[in-house]
Amino acid sequence: MNEVVKLTAKDWASDQEVRWCPGCGDYAVLKAVQRTMPDLGTAREKTVFVSGIGCSSRFPYYMASYGFHTIHGRAPAVATGVKLANPELDVWIITGDGDALSIGGNHTMHLLRRNLDCQLLLFNNEIYGLTKGQYSPTSRIGTRTPSTPFGSVDRPANPCSFALGAGARFIARAIDVHKSLPDVLKDAHGHRGASFVEIFQNCVVYNDDVFASFTAKEFAADRQLWLTQGEKMLFGGGTKGISFDRERMVLTIVDAADSGVLVHDRKNRTLAQLLIEMPATAGFPVALGVIYEDPAPTFESAVLDQNRTIAAGKKPDLQALVAKGQSWQVEKEPRAE
Amino acid sequence: MASATHLITDDEAHARPPLESMVVRFAGDSGDGMQLTGGQFTLSTALAGNDLATFPDFPAEIRAPQGTTFGVSAFQINFGSTAIDTAGDQPDVLVAMNPAALKVNVKSLRDGGLIIADEGEFTSRNLTKAGYDANPLDDDSLARWQLVRFNISQLTLDAVKPFGLGNKEALRCKNMWTLGLALWMFDRSRQPIVDWLTTKFAKAPQLAEANIAALNAGHAYGETVEMGASVRQHHIAAAPVEPGLYRTVTGAESLAVGLVAGAQLAGLDMLFGSYPITPASPLLHHLSRLKEFGITTFQAEDEIAAICAAIGASYAGKLGITSSSGPGIALKTEAIGLAVMTELPLVIVNSQRGGPSTGLPTKTEQSDLYQAVYGRNGDAPLPVIAARSPADAFDCAIEACRIATRYMTPVMLLTDGYIANAAEPWKVPEMSGYAPFPVHFHDDAPPVGEGVMPYARNEDLARPWIRPGTPGLEHRIGGIEKAPVSGNIDYSPEAHAEMTRLRAAKVANVAHSIPDQQVCLGNEGGRLAVVGWGSTFGPIHQAVRRARLRGLDVAHIHIRHIAPMPKNMSVLLKGYEHILVPEMNSGQLKTILRDQFLVDACPLAKTTGQPFTIAEIEAAIEGMLR
Ligand code: SF4
Repeated sequence: MNEVVKLTAKDWASDQEVRWCPGCGDYAVLKAVQRTMPDLGTAREKTVFVSGIGCSSRFPYYMASYGFHTIHGRAPAVATGVKLANPELDVWIITGDGDALSIGGNHTMHLLRRNLDCQLLLFNNEIYGLTKGQYSPTSRIGTRTPSTPFGSVDRPANPCSFALGAGARFIARAIDVHKSLPDVLKDAHGHRGASFVEIFQNCVVYNDDVFASFTAKEFAADRQLWLTQGEKMLFGGGTKGISFDRERMVLTIVDAADSGVLVHDRKNRTLAQLLIEMPATAGFPVALGVIYEDPAPTFESAVLDQNRTIAAGKKPDLQALVAKGQSWQVEKEPRAE
Repeated sequence: MASATHLITDDEAHARPPLESMVVRFAGDSGDGMQLTGGQFTLSTALAGNDLATFPDFPAEIRAPQGTTFGVSAFQINFGSTAIDTAGDQPDVLVAMNPAALKVNVKSLRDGGLIIADEGEFTSRNLTKAGYDANPLDDDSLARWQLVRFNISQLTLDAVKPFGLGNKEALRCKNMWTLGLALWMFDRSRQPIVDWLTTKFAKAPQLAEANIAALNAGHAYGETVEMGASVRQHHIAAAPVEPGLYRTVTGAESLAVGLVAGAQLAGLDMLFGSYPITPASPLLHHLSRLKEFGITTFQAEDEIAAICAAIGASYAGKLGITSSSGPGIALKTEAIGLAVMTELPLVIVNSQRGGPSTGLPTKTEQSDLYQAVYGRNGDAPLPVIAARSPADAFDCAIEACRIATRYMTPVMLLTDGYIANAAEPWKVPEMSGYAPFPVHFHDDAPPVGEGVMPYARNEDLARPWIRPGTPGLEHRIGGIEKAPVSGNIDYSPEAHAEMTRLRAAKVANVAHSIPDQQVCLGNEGGRLAVVGWGSTFGPIHQAVRRARLRGLDVAHIHIRHIAPMPKNMSVLLKGYEHILVPEMNSGQLKTILRDQFLVDACPLAKTTGQPFTIAEIEAAIEGMLR
């Protein structure tokens, strides 16, 4: 084989003009993905980006790989067909909060429970951008939009809680403009099975700065907890840590020097739930990075294994199939004599 | 190509009196095993060389309360020594396993027909449940018919006594006793049933023996007990059929093997995405066992995921197929539009049932024709073909796969609950007689610097099928309007007008590769054409035959290719003074014919959830020609 020329971010960009609003967080994610792809070592022709409907779902058009922009909420279902048909393809699902959790909530749930080998990037901007700014299933109570002029009243969904509840085996969080996004993407790609990545994405037009309380530079240190496997859960510039109060079975904030500061264990599902749901109102930081990872057999491999096992030794004889069952031979026309 | 339906030969069409046939209906409680009895009787009838058609009629409830009229399950079979196309208008024999079964079914028995009743079940409790004030076996209410009664329950209990079954289990053998009697009445061999019971109960030999004993006892009862002149042995000669290998087949079975054959002829593996729904599920069940044919079945989380996975598979280079019934097709509609827009091959099977909404899940109707032809947002034409009988479903399935892959389009294949469940003898097709239609995947990468053209078109106007994984042909497709040839997003007025035109012209092109419409009985041109589609084939064919025997100038035209129609259709229809369109809906094909050909198509609507009787169509023919 010839020496494979390493591709660059530019090689992963299609010739299509990118059409998001200037300043949209989607640009940063696109750049991060294009920058990460060459490091993953998968060929462009083996890569498929599948999306639903929404601002983020235009994403596949901007990648120089194969791409399928499907219908609202159904990207996980289409991706399932793609992967079952050709498990060698590297499948990425691009979706948003409305696409994945509202109209397509059912498919997201089943994709995660089945554990299809793919990466699902959920661009969470807590708003419907493409339809001009209605509140979404992740919008906080009181969000004022054209459809909720007096503020939304329903409780928002927490994407990572949803994923965990649905049985996801890889859950991560990242921020559109944060430098760690490529690392999270690499980990998601490295995981065999459905990798669920929630990306906090700023919609400058309809929901600007909705995540600023923890993404803005001045709050970042205090409000972001970046998790690293086997390392202490520290934040606040290394001054504070997360500990577990055994009596009340809750997480607590302690001094970094406290002997009770937890060490991150991606495999700990109970811990993952506590980390995902740390209440911002009580001064907790937002857990970021790979929160949970515990690989399990993938859906497509289970399907193909069964197909192979059951078919083993059987000849696909079409003529025998059509003649199957109880049959009888008519020798001549009974009344022909 | 295998002939799928029982076209009447010229000799038969003119035979007088009609050759002998017999209609028998087995009716009992849902728990009495009537479908099994009917199925096994069908098999023995087929093995005896009769032509036949069946009509299973069962309740929507899985376990309806015992003894009630809505828990009645029936199985009707019409068999004879001539071509049989329908399950028969009126039964000649009704086997009633309880009062409710009698009550529901006796009305349709022909005058003078024979009732065989299990008097053991005519207890006061069961009579009340069925809504009888007095025992109909004892008063004159059944005087129009011949009645034979015996205590089948007790006779069965006696027969299976040596096997030490519990009372409930012992009574379950009643259906085999009844089947034994029926086998005696029509001079059928018991051996195939004995073989079947032995296999079925291989793990419980005691049950096999008990059932065989019940079967033998029923048979012996017919032989030895004087039951009066009304119960006598009938011998119905074998029907004249082409020599060859035959089997019985239900529509669900023939459709399943037809789809397998279609995929094989295209040289493709299949991904079948489906969600359970009555009466379409048997297709999923059949296909899920055929993994050695490169078939992956995917029971999705819902109807939408089922079709979307099929679309995803087609995109990735397999043959995507999805299947449902009307309500499920409604859910798939948006995704069908995506397949139209992305121009991917896809077969959508609709096993129609009575609607709208949940409607009549277990009854038959052909009321989804508008849905198939028109039921999508936007201008979204796609080919529609309809199967006329269980055996015909095989060829239609292959045809659907051919059109989908050649024209890069979703194809709607219509069948219905009647076809799916009904059985008929089928001359096993010689697969070497089917021409393969291998798919060609586009894999020529353009020179560097030149773009990929996923929406370039061949002479059929079909676009290339490019599988992900093909180097140098990376491209993006989607549901958004696009520019011709390049497929790049393009909302411009010119692009939308041109793409709308191209999508329609491509589907219209299918007409170039389908056969001209034939007249299946009668002459080209004349006073009246009876035009049908789908499972009304049998009753229309027989009604036209009878009318022609009486000298009426009438022809039968049955349409397989509903969209696009065969090229000669306009000229053909215009050759008749009148056009009658019998349909199990309120007149959908009628509308399409009027719209496309400006002909005065008259509807004959039936919306009872039951198939047409021959007599109903015959009367309408007479009405038109009077
Ligand atoms: S509406 Fe919001 S999310 Fe959509 S492109 Fe514009 S800024 Fe981005």
